[in-house]
Amino acid sequence: MSSPKVEIIESYCKGCSICVEFCPTDVFEMDGFLAKVVRPEACTKCMQCELRCPDFAVKVH
Amino acid sequence: MAFDYEQYLRPGKLPHIWCPGCGHGIVMKGLIRAMDTCGLEKNNTAIVSGIGCASRLPGYVDFNTLHTAHGRAAAFATGIKMAKPEMDVLVVGGDGDGVAIGGNHFIHACRRNIDMTYVLLNNYIYGMTGGQFSPCTPVGAKASTTPYGNPDPTFDIAKLAIGAGATFVARTTAFHATQIDKLIAAGLRHKGMAIIEVLDDCPTAYGRRNKFRSVIDMMKRLKEIAVPIKAAAHMTPEQLEGKVLTGILHQEERPEYCEQYQQVIASAQGD
Ligand SMILES: Cc1ncc(C[n+]2csc(CCOP(=O)(O)OP(=O)(O)O)c2C)c(N)n1
Ligand code: SF4
Ligand SMILES: [Mg+2]
Repeated sequence: MSSPKVEIIESYCKGCSICVEFCPTDVFEMDGFLAKVVRPEACTKCMQCELRCPDFAVKVH
Repeated sequence: MAFDYEQYLRPGKLPHIWCPGCGHGIVMKGLIRAMDTCGLEKNNTAIVSGIGCASRLPGYVDFNTLHTAHGRAAAFATGIKMAKPEMDVLVVGGDGDGVAIGGNHFIHACRRNIDMTYVLLNNYIYGMTGGQFSPCTPVGAKASTTPYGNPDPTFDIAKLAIGAGATFVARTTAFHATQIDKLIAAGLRHKGMAIIEVLDDCPTAYGRRNKFRSVIDMMKRLKEIAVPIKAAAHMTPEQLEGKVLTGILHQEERPEYCEQYQQVIASAQGD
């Protein structure tokens, strides 16, 4: 299996930090007002971030 | 696999207008997944709203959409469904729109049991206009118009809908993201009036006034207050204090309004 790719569309992200909070493996961190993917290799494809992002800004491929 | 929301969105509309952490976006995604699950056709679907932050939702989705007068969405939707009973008709809107100014249209649409699906985003407040209290603002909570705490008892939207005659009534929260699409899909499949209340967060007009430190606190509260209706059957009144029931709260079969009306037409034509 190829490793998952977690993408944040920066122009959609409003920095609510929901993905940072609800990712069980701490893939994200806040970088100022935006969320940033910092540990993509930790992603288990649970899809919590994509499901909960109110802004259509997170995609897990 | 990432879900392809774009196929249902009008191009160039994102980012949407909702504030950081506003649950309306989470509900919109659930609605899109539900419509996808049920295979709703864009040209055969109408989504109707009134006025408010929640009522902005139809503007983003690529279906037949109608952004109408404040509180009047159910009435416009009734008109569409009666003129074109073959269409799938949905209403989307807020607590203020639906059960304050629009309360009358809401109860009568429920009473008629017209075949439509109404997704009501209850964030306990008039978000768009800066946080006036709504009939859903909890007792004691602060709103711009209740600076000393809200003295008014609240509507239980589900009970209101059941009492008024809706034949499918369900409730979930913006925290329970996967349940949003499951319940909306069940409502879409139900023949008759389906009300799906989604308890939601408005960090800007409600959260800040009511001592929520963050959007995350508001999400955690939604998680904590929700009790699935099946689990509630085994709980004591003390354990249920301050909780809200979630899941399908009511479902029954009753004649649907457009079908009844066809009989009126047939009688009037002397058949
Ligand atoms: C006839 C009329 N009265 C009042 C208003 C002002 N108004 C606009 S939105 C709104 C409240 C919306 O609250 P809600 O439906 O809960 O939506 P939210 O913004 O919280 O999502 C009000 C009172 C209006 N637009 N039209
Ligand atoms: S004011 Fe409240 S309801 Fe309106 S977009 Fe902002 S958070 Fe959402
Ligand atoms: Mg509201």
